[in-house]
Amino acid sequence: MTAIYKNLLGGKQGVIGLALLAALIFLVLPMFLDIFRLNLVGKYLTYAFAAVSLVLIWGYGGILSLGQGVFFGLGGYCMAMFLKLEASSPENTAIQSTPGIPDFMDWNQLTQLPWFWEPFNSFPFTLFAILAVPGILAYIIGVAMFKRRVGGVYFSIITQAIAAILTILIVGQQGLTGGINGITDLKTLHGWDIRADSAKYLLYYINGGLLIGVILLSRFILSSKLGRLLLAMRDKEDRVRFSGYDVSNFKIFIFCVAAMISAVGGAMFTLQVGFMSPSFVGIVPSIEMVIFAAVGGRMSLIGAVYGALIVNFGKTYFSETFPELWLFLMGGLFIAVVMFFPNGLAGLYEKHGKRVMEKIKMLRSKPTPPVEKTLSGDNSSATARKAA
Amino acid sequence: MSSSTDFTLAIEDLTVSFDGFKAVDGLNLYVDQNELRVVIGPNGAGKTTVLDLICGKTKATTGSIKFKNHELTDLSEHQIVRAGVGRKFQTPSIYENLSVYENLEISYPAKRNVWGCLTFRRTAEIKERVREVAAEIFLEDLLDMEAGLLSHGQKQWLEIGMLLIQDPELLMLDEPVAGMSVKEREQTADLLNRICKGRSVIVIEHDMEFVKNIAHKVTVLHQGKILAEGSMDQVQNDERVIEVYLGH
Repeated sequence: MTAIYKNLLGGKQGVIGLALLAALIFLVLPMFLDIFRLNLVGKYLTYAFAAVSLVLIWGYGGILSLGQGVFFGLGGYCMAMFLKLEASSPENTAIQSTPGIPDFMDWNQLTQLPWFWEPFNSFPFTLFAILAVPGILAYIIGVAMFKRRVGGVYFSIITQAIAAILTILIVGQQGLTGGINGITDLKTLHGWDIRADSAKYLLYYINGGLLIGVILLSRFILSSKLGRLLLAMRDKEDRVRFSGYDVSNFKIFIFCVAAMISAVGGAMFTLQVGFMSPSFVGIVPSIEMVIFAAVGGRMSLIGAVYGALIVNFGKTYFSETFPELWLFLMGGLFIAVVMFFPNGLAGLYEKHGKRVMEKIKMLRSKPTPPVEKTLSGDNSSATARKAA
Repeated sequence: MSSSTDFTLAIEDLTVSFDGFKAVDGLNLYVDQNELRVVIGPNGAGKTTVLDLICGKTKATTGSIKFKNHELTDLSEHQIVRAGVGRKFQTPSIYENLSVYENLEISYPAKRNVWGCLTFRRTAEIKERVREVAAEIFLEDLLDMEAGLLSHGQKQWLEIGMLLIQDPELLMLDEPVAGMSVKEREQTADLLNRICKGRSVIVIEHDMEFVKNIAHKVTVLHQGKILAEGSMDQVQNDERVIEVYLGH
């Protein structure tokens, strides 16, 4: 565990891991995939934001949040509200009984834009809200829970309940939120057509860049004293109090950071997929995000990204081929990870991959990095090698 | 009754009851500056509970605990620590998955808020202080070792070191030599005699040989109340003490 932890501090290992991930995202995948598949990968990579946030809060902080979907969804909804308002200009909605408001509001007999939609006419405000809305909600939940020393399984259950509540709220308030269908039919960002292929490419690269940025930010946090303190808290919370730290403040901080990271993923999801709906907010997506982090390795930021990619590739493949079996496979995968390799792919790498790498180093004559191998996506050992 | 300003610690009428059971019952205890006080007593006498109450782990039902004339009963744990009270637990309580160095560094009393931790840098001053303390607790050669791999006795020392680096004015040790070898006990007695200079110390201990080695003054607790208080000789010859504690 500490070995992985030390690698995260950077050094040669950390740089190589990050460079391989960047090469995969920016070069290899765009070179070999058509825009439809690349757009899918982009969607998977937005889940990787949530998986990375879970490494921070669950892997290091020891706080299992089953509500990261809430923050992912809130980020996504903030972005969707802005795009929807732009798509609902009076000219575009001339056939409605009240032109100029989103179509689903018109269908629900609303005649005026609700007050909380108004600020989302502004793009700077939207960008601010994508971080602030989930951040503030996480702060409120954090203060309410951690100051009272609610932790462990109780905290997990409460976050899950919040995920359920938010879903019910969104579905129930159809006129304000678009209900079960979500906010659909998003077209342009400042007049720029986000559905065009060129836009999809650009958004994919922006998404990849943000993801690398988030990993670097997380590394900075984890390699500071705060990272060591999180590890200390995970094991001996009481001792940390008696070293003079206010434990709850640190938990609130990391919970808020994790919420904002997830929200960035949600906003990028909306941009790349073109809609946002309650099915990305609730309990099921929140738990799936935990599975991504678990498969990748909950102590490894880069592992979490591979976890999100592999599980989602698997999900797409299996749900196309054996639709009725997929859920069982997903459940089985989670159980297998917990039972046989609790530190995920990154843990496997620590255990076996390094030895293999040593051998490769001795054998190889030409210095080509083994990047192409992972292309198949299901070659988990090759991927695991880079996961740490 | 007014508490004197001279005492480092003044506990008055302290009572805590768990569902009607009074673990500590109307306790009065005064610890002087630079005094090393040993608290003994049979199992269940309330020794550990008294330490829990002082350091804020357990909240008092009634009574007051004054540390340098500041009431502690209203403060939370980290505030009590920052006021200058350090506590060692009965079982070694260290960060097993961090190195010895990191254990001491986390305990260093600076930058203990969120922003401070993010911007924390290992300054020469901190490194020097960590080395100094490590030398004092016989662990200077093991700074890079994962703390979980230390022996039981070394873990006890590490926890003492984690307190030492905080430089508390009141140091509370709960059975610091439990589970130690004879040689380690001697080293620990020596260590305690050195580190208690310039601060007040409360030690809970069962090992009477060890107590004789270090104590200035001994307090005997029984059923949450003070049974006897005085020098080691006085206490050892007290009939009631012999009956409930020493006699068997």
